[in-house]
Amino acid sequence: MYFLTELKEGLIIAFRAIRGNKMRSVLTTLGIIIGIFAVTGMATAIDGLNAAFDRSAKAFGTDVMYVQKFPWVSNDDWDLIRNRPDMKLEYAPVLERKASLLTAVAPVVVRRAKVSTSKHSLEDAFVTGTTDQYNNASGNKDIDGRFFSAEESNGGRPVCVIGATIAETIFPNADPIGQELKVGGFPYTVLGVYEKQGGMFGQFTTDSRVFVPIHSFQSHFGNHAFVTINVRVAEIPKMEDAKVEIEGIMRSLRRLTPGKVNNFSINSQEILTETFGQFTFVVGAIGLFITGLSLFVGGIGIMNIMFVSVTERTKEIGIRKAIGARRRTILMQFLIEAAVICLIGGLIGLLLAFIIVQLMNSAFDLGATMPLSIVFIAIMVSLIVGLTSGFMPAYRAAKMDPVEALRYE
Amino acid sequence: MDNAVVINIQQIKKMYDMGGAEEVHALRGVNVEIRKNEYVAIMGPSGSGKSTLMNIIGCLDTPTSGLYEFNGVNVSEMNDNQLAKIRNKEIGFVFQTFNLLARSDSLHNVELPLIYGGIPAAERKRLATEALEQVGLGERIHHKPNELSGGQRQRVAIARALVNKPSILLADEPTGNLDSKTGDEIMNLFAELHNKGNTVILVTHEEYIAEHAHRIIRVRDGLVASDEVVARVKIPAVAAAV
Ligand SMILES: Nc1ncnc2c1ncn2[C@@H]1O[C@H](COP(=O)(O)OP(=O)(O)OP(=O)(O)O)[C@@H](O)[C@H]1O
Ligand SMILES: [Mg+2]
Repeated sequence: MYFLTELKEGLIIAFRAIRGNKMRSVLTTLGIIIGIFAVTGMATAIDGLNAAFDRSAKAFGTDVMYVQKFPWVSNDDWDLIRNRPDMKLEYAPVLERKASLLTAVAPVVVRRAKVSTSKHSLEDAFVTGTTDQYNNASGNKDIDGRFFSAEESNGGRPVCVIGATIAETIFPNADPIGQELKVGGFPYTVLGVYEKQGGMFGQFTTDSRVFVPIHSFQSHFGNHAFVTINVRVAEIPKMEDAKVEIEGIMRSLRRLTPGKVNNFSINSQEILTETFGQFTFVVGAIGLFITGLSLFVGGIGIMNIMFVSVTERTKEIGIRKAIGARRRTILMQFLIEAAVICLIGGLIGLLLAFIIVQLMNSAFDLGATMPLSIVFIAIMVSLIVGLTSGFMPAYRAAKMDPVEALRYE
Repeated sequence: MDNAVVINIQQIKKMYDMGGAEEVHALRGVNVEIRKNEYVAIMGPSGSGKSTLMNIIGCLDTPTSGLYEFNGVNVSEMNDNQLAKIRNKEIGFVFQTFNLLARSDSLHNVELPLIYGGIPAAERKRLATEALEQVGLGERIHHKPNELSGGQRQRVAIARALVNKPSILLADEPTGNLDSKTGDEIMNLFAELHNKGNTVILVTHEEYIAEHAHRIIRVRDGLVASDEVVARVKIPAVAAAV
């Protein structure tokens, strides 16, 4: 009860003091505003980026691995890996036959070519040669229409499945299914259209790709050096085992004796998210450091202004002590004042960050939201800064001698 | 007068160390005993140590040496919290310069000792309003000090001193900043409070103010020069004899 009365009185005094010195309070709290703004804005941005990246990376399939010549992310010397032998299409049937933990294997070759109808054309579409297994091996995305069958694939039929972006560009106001288009000058019939994927890896998703049977691809565009073999694991928990299995099969295909390093790579989206996670972690750490500095400077500012405030109000402190305020009461009064100033600064900073996040969201379609935990942390941090930087001035006020304080002019 | 002793001061000394060899002896061994419901005036030339003595009595200051018993309790040995409690509950102090909180209205100023005494809000408001009415300021409870006259400010200060129903009321030149008419009003208020049973100690320069008191202690050079009970003309028996 007594504590609550004191707390309430402290709050009233704090608000009155802050209102009496609006300009000074705002200037004082600038460091806190900037600090909190920086930390929350940064955290929200990183959070949003991570989420967006995760969503985009999902387009690669969480249960899909890509057996390729080069790794997606590597710390190795380029010289060590540049001379690796090319991947071969023939590996695909071997993997399919020998691997027990996979549900689908599909070789993929890509080149860029013009896609057109008589009315519309797209210069640099990614033409992808693959087998009927592709859709299954890449995570079974939704198709309007259908993917080509094993017969069409093996027979090298002139049929294709196109991505959403291609469909929008080449057949702006029509249903593409059953229509004919030209890929690198050769006529193909559209069997299906992939649903839109979006995300930040647009060109790696199905959106801007045209899928054709690999035999058609070879006869129209020749053999291609850069082969990827998409494999999809039966069960996600067995991902690591599947990787080991593939590694073994690949090593025997490549006739690598024990002790020799792999001359191929097994990539998956998790490599990307991990790498990106490391990146955002570093950015976050740097941000945290800057924010910490800014909060530190802000705290010093608060301490300074609280010393001024205590000196200015020496007489008031004397009066309060003369009529029975205890040391603790005075200490609390000034601590509350410092905490309230910081809290107001923190809330302003939060509000600014919130506004900026909303603006960025509407400008860049980030879909970032301020996590509640960040809001909570920001409020706690401003409170703590207020209490620590307010302590020394408050302590000085608390231990003032009543007579001397009353005599102060 | 066989009332209980409220204040017992024995051989109180107060010395200020001014650095180097310089020392100021504000009090050099004061003995005073004040009983309940006494009305005491402390007089003496400027710099004689009146305020120093009052501050010690009011527990605002601590003596360098000597004994101070308040209601039989040794104050010299108290810590800061205990002193704060005494200041809050047992002593009402009225200052020459009012010492009100400039940004607070009368009500809040008077409420302050109650806040520090931990009285709940509703009770606080009632007691503070009552105290303000008692000093004739029932109409001014929401005025800030700068919206009040000097006399009214001092009344607010007196209400604040009274609101916790202290054992003694201390006033250090309470009329010093007021004109004589307003000063008289304040003195009448003190007389009234004394008649209601309060113990009143006041410091003054003015003989006519001291005449209100029953006892005059004269201080000179940090020592009690004289301490006498004065018969007051207003007392009916004496008036009749004259
Ligand atoms: N904080 C202090 N430091 C040094 N000397 C002090 C201090 N306070 C009071 N004194 C000295 O103590 C002596 C007594 O001062 P005090 O204020 O008690 O006088 P006073 O009787 O109240 O005078 P006045 O009538 O002018 O108010 C003075 O000589 C004064 O200079
Ligand atoms: Mg004095």
